Amino acid sequence: MNPANYLYLAALLFTIGAFGVLIRRNAIVVFMCIELMLNAANLTLVAFSRMHGNLDGQIMAFFVMVVAAAEVVVGLAIIVMLYRSRHSASVDDASLMKL
Amino acid sequence: MSGALTTTDAAAGLLAAATSTGEAVQFYALGAVAVAGALGTVALRRAVHSALCLAATMVVLAVFYLANGAYFLGVVQIVVYTGAVMMLFLFVLMLVGVSTADSLKETLKGQRWLAAACALGLGILLVGGIGQAALGTFTGMGAANAQYGGNVPGIAERLFTEYVVAFEVTGALLTIAAVGATLLTHRERIEKATSQREQAEERVRAGRHLPPLPAPGVYARHNAVDRPGLLPDGTPSELTVSDTLQRRGQVREVASKELAEVAATEKRTADYHGRGQEERP
Repeated sequence: MNPANYLYLAALLFTIGAFGVLIRRNAIVVFMCIELMLNAANLTLVAFSRMHGNLDGQIMAFFVMVVAAAEVVVGLAIIVMLYRSRHSASVDDASLMKL
Repeated sequence: MSGALTTTDAAAGLLAAATSTGEAVQFYALGAVAVAGALGTVALRRAVHSALCLAATMVVLAVFYLANGAYFLGVVQIVVYTGAVMMLFLFVLMLVGVSTADSLKETLKGQRWLAAACALGLGILLVGGIGQAALGTFTGMGAANAQYGGNVPGIAERLFTEYVVAFEVTGALLTIAAVGATLLTHRERIEKATSQREQAEERVRAGRHLPPLPAPGVYARHNAVDRPGLLPDGTPSELTVSDTLQRRGQVREVASKELAEVAATEKRTADYHGRGQEERP
């Protein structure tokens, strides 16, 4: 198997995630698509790590995971706050910066 | 899944340098699952279904990490992503209304086609870039993993020497994120909570419904509290059902439908016994 297959799969997943961010309007689903893109990037890092035979790529993927966890916590808190003030999780409803 | 994991271990045990036929089979089988999960995440209308599809994709990616010799990341992927992050997503979904399906009506005209064109362009760009690159073959994680006696000690060695500053900064980042989430979701109570005594005094002052509200009907075939009690003339009383159920529209009508059912049953019985309706006491 060609080692580039992992990269092609990651590119495909990243593209699907980007497409989802563009077309979905539920803020939580948009957020899930962003997670999908982060995961695709992680797969690339792990595949490159194996290609070059050192652990630095895995360390990078590890840091991406940590930052993604922090991002999920803050992002979901913002979505919950938006839902409380507007009673909707749709990104179309949050068109103004203030209430 | 366990079969896939054992083939993974066997493949990566051989220093994960060469890609075996088993790994190719695993890649194509699970890669199809990962892409299907990703498409489901984007295409399914209900957010809970999207979340489950994404969890499937993440588990498949964990298997790929294991196949690539990243044992630590494979386990962390399952624990952190499918365990913690997806649980958090589902928790918030339950909080903000699980039943709201996303409307697929376009608000901006032609947005979906433009988005598809952009995604296609991005995909072609990425695939073209990968196709042009001179990648060579896998060196394999064998030597790197074996240097400090395994994948986890190797990562620990890198993490606590070269990347120790970044590691400390991510610790600070996680603390700030936790405090920020607590601050964002915390709601200050503006007015004092009314006690039971104050509520009772308010009712007496207003002068209506001094005794407790009447009980709901007792047709407990499904759930007795959603059946309104009947007034003497047979009409349902709104006072007997809780406000929440009324607002959700979950009150079951007993007055017309079920009384008609009882009447029909009685009529069938009467017909069976050959009695007319007028003979009934």
